Amino acid sequence: MNALYGLYADAAGAQRAVDSLRSATSELRFDRRQIVIVSGEPHEGYEFTDSEATSTPYRWAVLGAVVGGTAGYLLTTLSQKSYPIHTGGMSLTPVWTNGIIVYEMVMLGAILTTLVVLLIGAGLPNFKGTISDPEVGKGKILVGVMDPPQSSQPELERRLQQAGAWQVRQSTTPRP
Amino acid sequence: MQPTAEQIEQDLLRPLFHSSGKYWFAVAIAASLLLAGVAAFFYQLYNGIGVWGLNSPVFWGFDITNFVFWIGISHAGTLISAILRLTNATWRRPVTRCAEAITVFSVLIGAIIPLCHIGRPWLAFWMIPYPSERHIWPNFRSPLAWDFFAISTYLTGSTTFLYLPTIPDFAAVRDASTGLRKKIYRVLALGWQGTPRQWQRLEVAMHIMAVVIVPVAVSVHTIVSWDFAMTPVPMWHSSIFGPYFVAGAIFSGIAALILAMALLRKFLHLEEYLRPIHFENLGKLLLTMSLLWFYFTFAERLTTWYGNSPPEMAVFWDSIRKNFAPLFWTMVVCNFIIPVPILAIKRLRTITGTAIASATVVVGMWLERFLIVVPSLEHKFLPYSWGTYRPTWVEDTLMASSFGMMALLYLLFSKFVPMISIWEMKVGLQSHGGVPVVLPAESKPVLEGPQ
Repeated sequence: MNALYGLYADAAGAQRAVDSLRSATSELRFDRRQIVIVSGEPHEGYEFTDSEATSTPYRWAVLGAVVGGTAGYLLTTLSQKSYPIHTGGMSLTPVWTNGIIVYEMVMLGAILTTLVVLLIGAGLPNFKGTISDPEVGKGKILVGVMDPPQSSQPELERRLQQAGAWQVRQSTTPRP
Repeated sequence: MQPTAEQIEQDLLRPLFHSSGKYWFAVAIAASLLLAGVAAFFYQLYNGIGVWGLNSPVFWGFDITNFVFWIGISHAGTLISAILRLTNATWRRPVTRCAEAITVFSVLIGAIIPLCHIGRPWLAFWMIPYPSERHIWPNFRSPLAWDFFAISTYLTGSTTFLYLPTIPDFAAVRDASTGLRKKIYRVLALGWQGTPRQWQRLEVAMHIMAVVIVPVAVSVHTIVSWDFAMTPVPMWHSSIFGPYFVAGAIFSGIAALILAMALLRKFLHLEEYLRPIHFENLGKLLLTMSLLWFYFTFAERLTTWYGNSPPEMAVFWDSIRKNFAPLFWTMVVCNFIIPVPILAIKRLRTITGTAIASATVVVGMWLERFLIVVPSLEHKFLPYSWGTYRPTWVEDTLMASSFGMMALLYLLFSKFVPMISIWEMKVGLQSHGGVPVVLPAESKPVLEGPQ
């Protein structure tokens, strides 16, 4: 794996680099998906981050809650009907007490779904080699291109530098 | 002076790579307490729970007191952290992980105690609903079955709530370490890279979790209160018990959090991060909860006194004038008389002041749990069945070991996980000088391609 990337001291510089790289994809013969951005913290308010925003996990959480609640309802009512006990004339499937189990199962469904949706959405776990730099931990933002065409590298480097890169580096080995 | 991103990472990773002799001494003491508890547990397992001081009519003693106490302490973290996240309180950043860790460990300890209490813990799986050859199911009408579901959900939720924002910090430890440590953290970080997509998904997930975990936390302690309130025992059968328990839980939780933060600040040298403002803000919350606790306690006692029902009055007078009076008035002093002036006077609301107030609240809230459980059971409706309860050395040891276990888990956690979220502290740097710059979605590139 080969990558050419710039390290930026602030998100505004990173945004300029991302915009510059995106505008040059056809000219420099690389795909938009080859652009990589890595940071040690989220940067809200910038297009390169906000373009990834989605409300899908909320919908999945609601679905998980519905599934959990349904499972709780079936668990309580079906088992109470299958194994009936003497209730002294009171309801065999009491809504008040079963409601507590259903409530907890609703919450459990939402929690587990949120966890799964996060892992899938964020592409985790992923133990394949990925690009990073020790400077990212020190607050820099990495913006670069994975496996860029050899012929495009000088122009890529120029663009990364002109966007305000603190340094432009090349990586030839994946992070272990 | 505001620390840089590099300084933040160095400061917060330091405790993971360097530990003092004091740290290992504290670990040794906590581990000794835990081992003593394990020995007492096996002694009890071999001889049966007759080695406890429980006898008719008091079948709940120290064990259930500790169970309620630890479940209450668990409200420190997840609830406080979730509310602070939802309200976007920026001062929360150094506080949340300390709080969330308290939650996970105290729920875990709270969940272990009923296993000791049932006497034959190897049959605990009977609580799990599955079609067995016994053809019986858990009775979903029983508050004990509700406990099982509520605590399982809460433990799952609070563990997830702790783990998710820790993933980027595991990645930071991975990148800063070598050898076996690097391999371990590589697995824990799940291959986290820090792409915008990952950050967005994490923030959304944390928002959903914060929304979900608040009602779960409230339900857990309400259900614990229903273990009592659903029973026709004097001074238990009360509709106020749900909110009373939740308020008490948040009260004791905040106190435990302040204590833990004060200790972490001192021993991990986190003075730059856990600042007086954090203790002052939490101190104000603790003051509010102290007043609320007094209001609930007064309302509960006043209603009982005004009703003048003989069985309830027997418990009432036993608590405040007779056998349990020393414990009752100690509780009032610890939960109200001492903390309120300390926390109300700004000059006293210092780190030391809030830590002292919190220490008394933790003691007072343990006494409150004991005074809910035992006096009522000693004085049930029929006077011929009245009895007394004295804990034995086995119960004392198990209680001490629960504190030892909490201390040990917390100490070990602080050795393996940064106690303050590194990435959230870095986010704080961005907004320190103002709101981040917002660029338009289709901002014009600075560079133009070759003409």
